[in-house]
Amino acid sequence: MLDALRLQPVSRLSFPDNTMHILIYGTINSVALALFALGFAMVYGVSRLPNFAHGALYVTSGFITWTFINTLELNYFISILLAMLVTGIIGALIYQFVLIRIRGMEISEIMATYAIGLAILEGLRWGGFRGLTYTLPAFIEGSTEIAGVSVDYQRLLVVGIGAAVVAVLWLFTHYTRIGLALRGMAQDERAAMMLGIDSDLMALAAMGFGSMLAALGAVVLLPLGNIVVEAGYNVLILAIAVCIVGGLGSWIGAVLAAFIIGFAQILTVVYLGAHYQMVVALLAIIITLILRPSGLFGLQKELEERV
Amino acid sequence: MTASNEQRRKERLDRGIKVRSEGIYALMSWRELAYLFLPRVALIGGLLILPLVMPSMYWQRVISIVCIYALLALSFDFLAHFVGLVSLGGAFFIGTGSYIAAILNTTFGLSPIFTIPIATLLGAGICTVLLLPCLPLRGVYFAIVTLMYPLLLARVIEALDILGGTDGILGIESFTNRWMEQYFIIVMVLVLLFGTRRLVNQDIGLVFRAVKDNDQSVRASGMSVTYYKSIAVFIASGIGCLAGAYLVHLYMWAGLSTLALDFSILPIAATVIGGSGTLVGPVLGAFILVPISELLRAFGTLRIVFYALILLAFIIFRSEGIMVYGQRKYHQFEKWIKV
Repeated sequence: MLDALRLQPVSRLSFPDNTMHILIYGTINSVALALFALGFAMVYGVSRLPNFAHGALYVTSGFITWTFINTLELNYFISILLAMLVTGIIGALIYQFVLIRIRGMEISEIMATYAIGLAILEGLRWGGFRGLTYTLPAFIEGSTEIAGVSVDYQRLLVVGIGAAVVAVLWLFTHYTRIGLALRGMAQDERAAMMLGIDSDLMALAAMGFGSMLAALGAVVLLPLGNIVVEAGYNVLILAIAVCIVGGLGSWIGAVLAAFIIGFAQILTVVYLGAHYQMVVALLAIIITLILRPSGLFGLQKELEERV
Repeated sequence: MTASNEQRRKERLDRGIKVRSEGIYALMSWRELAYLFLPRVALIGGLLILPLVMPSMYWQRVISIVCIYALLALSFDFLAHFVGLVSLGGAFFIGTGSYIAAILNTTFGLSPIFTIPIATLLGAGICTVLLLPCLPLRGVYFAIVTLMYPLLLARVIEALDILGGTDGILGIESFTNRWMEQYFIIVMVLVLLFGTRRLVNQDIGLVFRAVKDNDQSVRASGMSVTYYKSIAVFIASGIGCLAGAYLVHLYMWAGLSTLALDFSILPIAATVIGGSGTLVGPVLGAFILVPISELLRAFGTLRIVFYALILLAFIIFRSEGIMVYGQRKYHQFEKWIKV
C-alpha cells in the first residue's frame, strides 16, 4: 500500500536517526495525504457530493499525462497542464450529465460516483494499463541529505507544491469572485442562491476544480512509483479517511487531519511494520465516525448525523 | 391534431380485479384467486424447476451463486428500505459467516448441517455487536463506515496473518449430495424472501419503518431506536452470514476474496435494478445481473465496467426498478386525460 510513496521502514536500533526520519518522512507523507484529500474535500464542502470517483480521476490523470508524454511526445510540463485540464473537464462532465440529476439523494450519489469510479478503473485495467511500464519521470532527479536522512528532490518538491497548493487555494477562496462564491455555497447554499450565485454552476466548478486537484496530486506523486490501477481504490480510502477525521466539508480540518494520519502511519510503519499502514487509515475512519461523526473541525451539527 | 396548449397527463387507476381480490372476497372466483396466486406460484415454481432445466453442472453452480447474491441483495433491501440503514458492507456479513463456518468445519470437524446454522446465528451476533457502536449514525456516514468494515477485516487478517492469512482456509468439506446443495439455497431464498415480507408487515415492521421515516417519533413513543436497529441488523447480517457459510461449503475454501468489494456492490446493483423496497425485486435483480456477468466472464474486468454502467443507467433513468414498474402494470391501468 502507498506503493507510490515507497516508505522505507528503518531499523529500530538507530534511535537518533529514527526521530529525524520520522519527522521528515512523516511530513512528506502528510502532505501527500493532503494532496489526495483536498479535491475530495472541495467537492464535498461546496456541493455536499461525496465524490467516490476521486481515486479513479487521480489514476486517470496519471495515465493521461503518460499518454501525452510517450504517445504524443509533448513536453513534460505542457502534458501536465493538459492532463489537469482534461481531468477537470472529465469531472465537470460527470457532474453535468450524471450527478446533476440525482443531487440531494445521498445514497444514489454515493452509488453513482462509485459506479463511475469502478467503470473508469476497471476499464483502464481492461484496456491494458497495467504492469511496470507506466512511470512518470521525476521533475528533478537526485537526492540530498537533511540532518543525516537522505531525501530525493521529488519528495521535497511534494512538500513545496503541497504548501503552495494550500496557499493558492486560500488566496483563491478569499480574494477571487468565483472563490468567494464557492465559499458562500459551502457556508449556506440558500443564502448564496438568494445573492444570485448559481448553485449548479458552482457545483460544476467545484467538481472541475476538485478533479484538477486530484490530477495535480497525481502528477506530483506518481513520479515516486508506478502508475497502477489499484492506487485508485487506496487513494479514495485515504482521501475519505482524511476528510472524515478532519470533518467533512472543512478544508483546514482536512489539512490538519492529513498531518495526524500521516504521522500515525509513519509511526506504525516504523514500529509495527508496513502491513499496518492501511489499517491505520481505516481505523481512523471508523473510530472518528463512532466517537465524533462531524470530525475534528466538522461544520455540521451533531444532531444531523446522529439520532 | 391536438392544440398546442392542451396538456395531458397520465392517470392511473387500480384494476377492478385488484380491488375485488383484496381480503376475503378473493375466494369468490377462480379468476380472482389466480390473480393473487399466479405471480407467487410462478416465482416459487420457477425457482424450484430452474436447476432441473439447466443444461450443465456449470450453470447449476451459477444458480447457487445467484442465490448467494440474491440473499445479500435481500438483506441490503430490508436494511436500507425498511429500517433506513444503508449498509455498503455486504462483504462483511459474507466474510464473517464464511470464516466461522470454515473454522467450525476444519477445527471442530462439524458437518455442513451444523456449521451453517451455527455460523448464521454466531455470525449475526458478532456482526451486530461490531456494528452496534455505528448504529446511531445515519445516511452517508453509516454507508461509509460499513463500507470500511470488510476492508479493515481483510487488512487485519493480512497483517496479523491469522485465519490462514492470504492463503485462506483450505480443505473444507463440501455437501454430500449435489441436489441437496442446490435445493438448500433455493429453499432458503424462498423462505427468507417470504419471511421478511411477512416480517415487515408485522407490528415490528411498522416500528422498523418508523425508525426509517422519523426516529424521533419512535423515541417519543418510549421505544429504543438502537434496540430496534440492532434487531434489524441481526436479521440482515444473519441472512448475509447464511449466504457466506453456504459459499464456503460450495467452494470448499474460505479466504480474503469473501471480503472483496464484489459482495458489497453487486447486491446493491441488483437491488437498484430489481426495484428497491419490494424485497422480490432484489432477488430478481440478482437473477438478471449475475448470469449476465457470468456470460461476460470471457471479457475479464470489462464485465465490472458493464455492470457499473448498468447500475449507473438505472440510478439515473429508471430509479424505480423493474419490479415496481411491473407491479404498477399488473395492478393498474393507465390512460391519458386532459388537464
